[in-house]
Parts: sequence; structure tokens; C-alpha cells
Amino acid sequence: MAKELIKGNTAVAEAALRAGLEAYFGYPITPQTELLEHLSARMPELGRPFVQAESELGAINMVYGAACTGKRTMTSSSSPGVSLMMEGLSYIAGTEVPAVLVDVVRGGPGLGNIAPAQGDYNQIVHGGGHGDYHLLVLAPASVQEAVDLTVLAFDLAEKYRNIVVVLMDGSIGQMMEPAELPPFQPLKTEIPDWAVRGTNGGEKRVLTSINLDPPAQEVMNLRLMKRWQEIEKNEVRFKEYYLEDAEFVVVGFGTAGRISLSAVRAAREQGIKVGLLRPITVAPFPNDILNELTDRVKAFLVVEMNAGQMLEDVRLVVRGRKPVEFFGRMGGVMPYPDEVLTEIKRLVEGPLTTEGHPRDRWLSRLSETIG
Amino acid sequence: MVMTDVPAKIVYERPKVLDPRVTHYCPGCTHGVAHRLVAEVLDEMGIAGNTIGVASVGCSVFAYNYFNIDFVEASHGRAPAMATGIKRVYPDHTVFTYQGDGDLASIGMGEIVGAASRGEKITVIFINNANYGMTGGQMAPTTLPGQKTSSSPTGRDTNRQGFPIQTAELLSTLEGSAYIVRRSLHSSREIRRAKKAIRTAFEVQKGNLGFSLVELLSTCPTNWGMSAAGSRDWIEERMLPFYPLGDYKVSPAVAELKI
Repeated sequence: MAKELIKGNTAVAEAALRAGLEAYFGYPITPQTELLEHLSARMPELGRPFVQAESELGAINMVYGAACTGKRTMTSSSSPGVSLMMEGLSYIAGTEVPAVLVDVVRGGPGLGNIAPAQGDYNQIVHGGGHGDYHLLVLAPASVQEAVDLTVLAFDLAEKYRNIVVVLMDGSIGQMMEPAELPPFQPLKTEIPDWAVRGTNGGEKRVLTSINLDPPAQEVMNLRLMKRWQEIEKNEVRFKEYYLEDAEFVVVGFGTAGRISLSAVRAAREQGIKVGLLRPITVAPFPNDILNELTDRVKAFLVVEMNAGQMLEDVRLVVRGRKPVEFFGRMGGVMPYPDEVLTEIKRLVEGPLTTEGHPRDRWLSRLSETIG
Repeated sequence: MVMTDVPAKIVYERPKVLDPRVTHYCPGCTHGVAHRLVAEVLDEMGIAGNTIGVASVGCSVFAYNYFNIDFVEASHGRAPAMATGIKRVYPDHTVFTYQGDGDLASIGMGEIVGAASRGEKITVIFINNANYGMTGGQMAPTTLPGQKTSSSPTGRDTNRQGFPIQTAELLSTLEGSAYIVRRSLHSSREIRRAKKAIRTAFEVQKGNLGFSLVELLSTCPTNWGMSAAGSRDWIEERMLPFYPLGDYKVSPAVAELKI
């Protein structure tokens, strides 16, 4: 199929539809709305359910219901709306049914603004909802990657009966890029055994997240954790750029990783041996490659569009063995490649330390710039 | 006693849909009556095999244990949304929610109004017992003015705690609502009328006629601090004046239903 110039939100919506999305439930919120709008036209055309819900609470619980039937279902939202969905995500996780969520992240906290940001990392990667569960989180850096990861999201959700989140930011949702859409997949004809469908005279199926017996609930928790270990073993994905001979490594996901790549290329032109590690799964996090890099490089620079949320995951792997520095922009401000290049040069020039916290150093530098 | 040779005839038995198990509901509580009426209707209509129930949060959180049909369990208040997700995927199936008053009329008001206004083709069995039963009898959106509960210990003061919500009346104003009625479970006569309403509500769904809801005034002897008989009297004397029984919305198509 040929590439076409297409907006990120629209491309993700169309990709989901072609991946066999059977039911979509959502609520308008900028910068995600085109996704809902596209499906509001396309789903009825194909005779598939589309509901604009009364709220994000409604939307995620409609997804919960549809997920209990074993059909491919999804919702999409942006940060404040995703906050409202946290309850539902915990229930879906606790019921072990597959679902896909697209979070087109915007500036926060609170209403914040509608500009691109990555401030939802902790909410999505490290919890949000109550209880012990993990979301499998895919972080695209281009419209094409968002399309590809959306298709993958459905397969992974079903494979592990786990929620999969496509964590992108407002810029990927809003920008137009050439992208190739996936071929149409036929709708699934097989219903998983656990899915409700009416007993038709057979044994009844009950899907619930309640278990008043603590030892039995602990067994359920153990099952979730073991499944997550499987996911950690099988599903780590990342992209490496110029890492073969790198002495310095930038770590960034999504758009921050893409901006960093421009900076890394500019630095390479100036003879600096710097590379980029761009996690595609931010959960499970690419610990092994980062650990391996820790053994052979001089220092790391983490770049994010937040106040250093993934930074903590990097620090957990590096464990003070090598200096880690941080550069971020917050509240919907996007970093320029030049700014990242300046940070790379600062890393190269030193002095470097493994003492203190990189966030404190960054904050004091940032206060001088933006006061 | 005079023995006759008239053959024995079964006049009363457990509905097939109802699971033979010991109830977890309190003595004198009418949840069991409501469960039985739903089970009888599913049996009589022969639709149990393609029915999916949605349980809610409250005393009826384990409703699914009593019905031999597929069931899911919603989070607090969200049963109508979950039912929407299922019904949209399976438009030919019967989907119903079973919700209490805290679940439906307080935390779940957004979801129930959304579902009713969309004319979602689901059936809602709504239990109104004027308090939060499962958590120990706190004030609910349905608690009557002056009624003492564990969180309105001196009686509901409408000046400070506002007024009860008349759910059937409220939902009847929505165009998507096809059948909205209030019945009571405090006497055998009212129980028979409630059964008929539940049957109609499921027929409305079967006929694709829109959103249907049956509000059932229900006893809560434990939290009201009354005997079973006393709580039935309390419904009649205290609840009925504020929650009049009746048909609040019967769409023209529903009025033509022949059952």
C-alpha cells in the first residue's frame, strides 16, 4: 500500500479499524479528538459499534463491557480524560480482559493546555489506578510508528489478556506525515473461551474483579505478576541509533527521542561520539540494553517532555555507576534540537558527577533560563 | 384430613435461572424477591441462554452468584456503561443491570442518564431501599427527609443535606426512555405488579423499543433497625408518599406491546 500524507490521530484511528477494531467508545478531548471523529464516520460505515460516551468514565466502562465479550475494543483520550479512566483501567486489569487505550498526552497538571507533553509517563507506566497491575506501554515517535504500534497493540492485548497503551503526545496526534496504513484484517471469528456471550444452555461465565478471599486474591495477583514477567521477557522493544562506538548516550522516548535524534546527528557532525537509545516499550522498560550500555559508555543524558519521569527508571538501572544528567521541558513546551545539543556538549565537556540528583541540577539551570 | 386421589400438581417451584444456594442477603430483605422475579421472567420468556447480566456495587455485588446466566461485575455506578459496551457488541442479546440506589442515583447518575438518553436498549432493575445497605446504612440520594441513617444521625436535614432524588420521575423526562415505572416489594399484591413490570421491561428490550427501567421500593430491615414486617409497613407509610408507584414513561410503542 502506498504512503499517504495523514494526520497522526486519523492514522491511528484508521489503523485500529483495519486491525479489526470491533467496538470504539470515546469522549472528545483535544488533542485527541480527530481520532474519535474519524471513527464516528468509519465505524458505522462498516456496521461496527461507535459510541460517544457521556464522559471518559462512561467510555472506559463501555470498553470494559465490550472487552468482556472478547471482541477487539479500544478508547482514546488525552491526559485529563485518561486520569478519569484510571478506575476503569484497574478494573479491566483486575478482570484480565484485553483492551487498547491511546493516550495523546498534553501539558499538565490539571487542565494544563493542549500542547504536546509526556507528563503522563508515571500515570501510565507506574500505575494510576489502584492495586498491583501493569500496562504494556508502546511509545511511537512518528505517525508511521503510531500506526504500526496500534496494530501491534491489539495483538499484544489479546496475547496476554492485558491492557496495552499507545502513549503518544499531542504533536504525533496533530502532525501530518507520510505513512503507510496497514491492510484490512478480517474480524476475528473465534471468541475466547473466557468471554461472556450468553450460556446458550451451557455453563455460565462470570467476569469480575472482586474476590473477598485474600489468599485467593493473592493467587490472582501472582498470576498477574507472572504474566508481567512473561511480557518483560518477550516484549521489550527499543531503537538504537549510533550506539556501536558511542561514549555518551541520550535516552528519550517518543517525540523527545525524535528531537534528541536530530541533536545526536548534529553532534556526530561535530565529531562527538554520542548515540541514542529510544525505548519503544516504556513498559516493559529496556533494562538489559541500558545495563549493557552502562558498562561501556561514559555518561547518559535523559531527555523528556516532563520533569524527569522516565529518568527514575534509567537511574534504577544505572544505579550510580555512571553519571546521568537530565534535560526536560514541561507544561507543553517542546525542547529544540539545539537545546539538546547544548546539553550533549555540556555532558562531553564535564565535569560530571554521580553525586546528587540530576533533576536538581537541571532545575537550577532551567530557573536561570526561564526564571 | 381427607385424602383425595387428585394427582399432585406443581404450583410453585424454583425458577431454573435461579441458583439453589443459601442467600447472603439479610433476613427480611427483598433483594431475594427481586432476584426471583427477574429469574422467573427470564425463564418465562425463554431468553436466559442469550442474556448477559451486569452486577453493580452494593449489597447486590454478588447478584451473579444467584443467576445461572453469563454475568459481569461493574465498578461502582458504571453498570449502564458496561451494559452499553456489551449490548452494542451483541445487539440481539438481552443485557440487564441490577443496581441499588447509591450505585445508580448517586455515583452512577452520569452513566444512567447517559444510557437512558441514548435510548440504550438495556433493562435496568433499580433497587431503592433509601440507604447504602452494604456499607452499613449511610444516607443515600434516596434517603427520605428526616430519615435517620448512620451518616445522618439526627435525621436528613434537607437544609444541609439536600433532597432525595426521585429517579423514575427524573429519567422519565428523557426521550430515550421507553419504559420507566416504579413498583414496590412490600406486599404480595405489589410483588405481582412488580413482576408484570419486569416482564414488560424485558419485552421492551426484546422488541428493540428503547431504554427500560423498573424502580423497586425494597426493604432494608437490618439498616433501618426494624423487623421484616415493620420494614414492609415502613415502605407503605413512609416511602410510598414520597415515591408514588406508577408508570412514569410508557412510550407509544410500549403501550401497544401485547404480552
